[in-house]
Amino acid sequence: MMEKDVQKTENVSATERIRNVKTFVPRVDIYENKDALFLIADMPGVDEKTVDIELEKNVLKICGCVENGRIPDATLMYSEYEIGDYERVFTLSDEIDREKIVASVKNGVLRLELPKAEKVKPRKIAIKAA
Amino acid sequence: MFSPSLWRIRRFSDAMPEMLQLQREMNRLFSNVGQKAPQDYPAVNIWEKNGSAVVTAELPGIDPEKLDISVSGDILTLSGTAQSINFTGSETYLRQERGIGSFKRSLQLPFSVNAQEVEARYERGILMIALPRMKEDLPKKIKIK
Repeated sequence: MMEKDVQKTENVSATERIRNVKTFVPRVDIYENKDALFLIADMPGVDEKTVDIELEKNVLKICGCVENGRIPDATLMYSEYEIGDYERVFTLSDEIDREKIVASVKNGVLRLELPKAEKVKPRKIAIKAA
Repeated sequence: MFSPSLWRIRRFSDAMPEMLQLQREMNRLFSNVGQKAPQDYPAVNIWEKNGSAVVTAELPGIDPEKLDISVSGDILTLSGTAQSINFTGSETYLRQERGIGSFKRSLQLPFSVNAQEVEARYERGILMIALPRMKEDLPKKIKIK
């Protein structure tokens, strides 16, 4: 695997943040079937209480707060990864049914189901016999 | 006229642990200059606590049953497979950034590990393994006659 694939990517956003921690861009998989779009994001250290999903107009923002990850009374001897929050923004099209978005978190992986709106679902067109 | 802001916000003694932490971070940062960042997966952090080592690794979305941790002597081996998405056939990928497939990584620790007392926990996608040192391996005090 290449380096960029293995290491976490740091978020380089121009906006100032309140929490003084690094933020990372979670890696995501997006796939779709005929009914919905699915978004899977790797956010280790996050659970259902610390993940925050916001939908404002057509902007979907996923945030995950991670506690500092320090082990009490232990000293860090060797470090290959850093700990920080996660943040990533997606723009949704009108094809998504905003009311029916479902999210779940398991083992540090966020899963979002974004159902497609009825009007854009593929339909079979019946051919009438002439 | 100028009141030092450090004193105004909070007492200096309260800020001390944070400053020490900052100093440690800085030392660590500069001690690695020139060294190439390791590219092995999973990336690990190693902590030291009362003579035993604690290894943490970020492994999101792994089935803990399928994660294999083994210790022999001073070598710790982690292996497993990233959980793949079960496709029924009609799905198509629009974007794929997450890692797929299996991984295996071995780490050499600076001491022999007491394999009987190794404890591993997997929570929120983070694996934490506590590795106590072998008793025979502990430094011995030598008395002077």
